[in-house]
Order: sequence, then structure tokens, then C-alpha cells
Amino acid sequence: MERKAHVQTTINGEPAEFLCEPRQSLLECLRDILNLTGTKEGCNDGNCGACTVMMDGRIVTSCLVLGVEAQGSQITTIEGIARGNELHPLQKAFLEEAALQCGICTPGFIVAAKALLDQEPHPTEDRIRWWLANNLCRCTGYDKIVKAVQKAAAEVNL
Amino acid sequence: MKWFDYQAPRTLGEAVEAMTLHPTARALAGGTDLLVQMRAGRRTPDLIVDIKKIPELNQLHYEPGMGLTLGAAVPCYRIYNDTTVSRAYPSLAEVANIIGGTQIQGRASIGGNLCNAAPSADAIPLLIALGATCRILGPGGERTLPVDQFCVAPGQNVLATGELLVSIQIPQSPASSAARYLRFIPRNEMDIAVAGAGVYVVMENGHIQSAKIALSSVAPTPLPVDASTLAGQPADEATVHKAGELAAAAAKPITDMRGTADYRRHLCAVLTRRALASAIAAAKESK
Repeated sequence: MERKAHVQTTINGEPAEFLCEPRQSLLECLRDILNLTGTKEGCNDGNCGACTVMMDGRIVTSCLVLGVEAQGSQITTIEGIARGNELHPLQKAFLEEAALQCGICTPGFIVAAKALLDQEPHPTEDRIRWWLANNLCRCTGYDKIVKAVQKAAAEVNL
Repeated sequence: MKWFDYQAPRTLGEAVEAMTLHPTARALAGGTDLLVQMRAGRRTPDLIVDIKKIPELNQLHYEPGMGLTLGAAVPCYRIYNDTTVSRAYPSLAEVANIIGGTQIQGRASIGGNLCNAAPSADAIPLLIALGATCRILGPGGERTLPVDQFCVAPGQNVLATGELLVSIQIPQSPASSAARYLRFIPRNEMDIAVAGAGVYVVMENGHIQSAKIALSSVAPTPLPVDASTLAGQPADEATVHKAGELAAAAAKPITDMRGTADYRRHLCAVLTRRALASAIAAAKESK
């Protein structure tokens, strides 16, 4: 029987609920149903990391999560990274280090990098590169992104 | 994606019942292979059974002397984040850390890697080398099967209608043993093996008591190699070289976009030599 599922979840600390078809990905639900369009669609098959969100404490590619799987979970998207009107140190560092050009990959990189800094405040460059291997950027060549993460790590730990 | 229904049962019985009633149903763990295949139209289940709410599928338990119970839905990150498991099976933690990237490892499971039955699956040669078995539950009851009999063709496993992989059992490794899986990829990470070799060795007085080898990406299914002639041999360069020749001779590679058959055969020898030498060194240190 073709009917929509009712999903109750928590997004960026706020209770959220939506109706979706079981075949809709979490990415589609965020963007098309909840209008949280900060999360981007890139490859839609888990390779590029543009759609990265936090789900129950782990980063996931939201294109490879069904919306119905969000039932009862805690989701953080790029919209939940800034502290009110104050940018997160990672967001500031990405701007200051020019770690983005077209910007499509940026929300995914920032959500992924924040998850790393939350659990490892002092990652090495190798560790940052390994952690972010699931995020692709076709503009920057990655060095500026790695520098921005290092800068933010220093700032977060002041 | 074609329409499907979704269920998230809390018990094994409910999951088996749902999968028995819907012969095209697929079990969903991390979905990192399944959802990609469904989006591409390669699989069209009418029901998705999300198995992540079933306790047995989430079990990750090491019992010294007995071995490891690895629930089929346990995501990769839980393996390498578990210090007890990482210490007891460092090769398993290592392989969990090279499947996909961080985001994939947050969802993808070793059980899913096995069920997906890709010739290139990184975990399967290691599981075969470690002598792992599958605990399978279906409408007719439970059965166990060695991992090397689980995959039957590219993308196809032995599971019959209604059957579910519950867990993978990895036996206790004896003292002076070690395992290692090495693969070759053109990038540093996030890539599919051109070829891979999993080895397991048990040492005794500087000699190889027993060894196992299995290969990825060089046959329609992950390929066990008969390494029985290595038993009793000194753990020296000549024996390691011979292991590489056994692997190269057993490989049945094809030529495709990732590499030629000749290159893959060569890689089998190199990777097996390196993995075995590394495992021998680790086994000598392990107590």
C-alpha cells in the first residue's frame, strides 16, 4: 500500500516531524520537505560527501540514509553549526583561508570537520586528510581546506 | 527509486517473517551498497527490512578463548573504536578503517560487505583467512556456514528466501598468530581494490604451523587459496616467495577498467608476500 510515513526526529536541537515516502532519502527530506537546503546534493551515491550530516553522533552521507531511518534520531545539519548569529570557528576559518570557491562541497566539509574536532581537538594533518577523504572538492585542491581546519582547531582550543 | 515499503522489526522472528512473506525483500543495515543499487535500478525490492533495531544484529562481543561475535549490522566504526576488539583482531580493525571513508564507516557493516558479495569486498578475504563462519537464520531455522561458502557469484550470496545473516563468528586466534589484509588501489583511500590479499599465519618455533590466504578482485567471488604446502616451512624469504606464487597461480583475474589480468596476477604475488611477511612479524611478537 502506497502511503507516506510519519517521521519524528530532532534536527539541530529542535523537534521536527515530516511525512515522507520510504524511498525518499534523508537528503531529499531535508531539502525538499523541510527546506533545509544548506545540505547539498552532489553525486547522490555516497562518494562526494556534499550531503554530509551528523546522525546520532556520527557523520553520514544523507543521500545513503532513508528519511524513515531518521525516526527518533538526532540530526545536525550545516544550519545547526553556527552559534546563533556567530559563525563557528570552522566557518570563519573557511572564509579567512579561502577554503571554498563554488561552495557546493563546503557544508559537507564543515559538518565533517566539526565532527572530527569535537572528538579530536588536535588532529594531525594526515589525520585531517584521512578523516575528510569522503569529501570531494573540485575547486580548492584541498590544501586550503586542511589549513582552515588546522586554523579552526587552534582557535577552538584557545 | 521504485516504491517500496519499510519495516524496522525489533526481533529476529519478525524480521525473518517479513522477509519470508516478501521474497524480493532486502535487509538494510548501512545501505551504502544497497541504496546505491536500488537507485540505479539494479535491485528492486518491494520491502526494505531495516535490521538495525534487532539486538543480535548489533552485537559486538569478544569472549577470550571463544572468539568474536560480530553482529551483521555493526557499523565499521564500532569495530575500530572498540579497544578490546581492535587489540584481539587488529587486522579486522584495520580493514574496517579502509572500507569507504569516515561517513561510509559510520553506516556500512562487515556483514553488509559480506552479503553484498562483491568480488572486490575488502573484508571477505580477511574473514576467510581468519576462519570466520556465518550464523544464518531463516524460516526453517538456523544454520552456520564458513564464510568461504557464502558468496556464489558477483553480487549473489547463498541466502534463500526469508534468510538473514545474523552474525559472523571469528574464532579465537591462538598465541603466535596474526592476520593481515592488504589491497592495491591507485588512490590513498576511498577506492575499490584492483587486487587484495588476506593472510593468516600461526607460527611455531620459527616455522609456519599453518597459513591461510584469500584474494579479492581476482575471481567472481572472494577466492580462498590452498596454502597447505606452507605448513611446516621455515618462516623465511623463500617461503614468503612461494606463498606469493601460490596466490598468483590460484588467481583467475579478468582485464577491466581497473587493471589487466596480468597486472592483477602480479599484484596477488606482491600483496600476498607483503601481507604474509607482515603477519609473520606480528605473530612472532604476539603472545
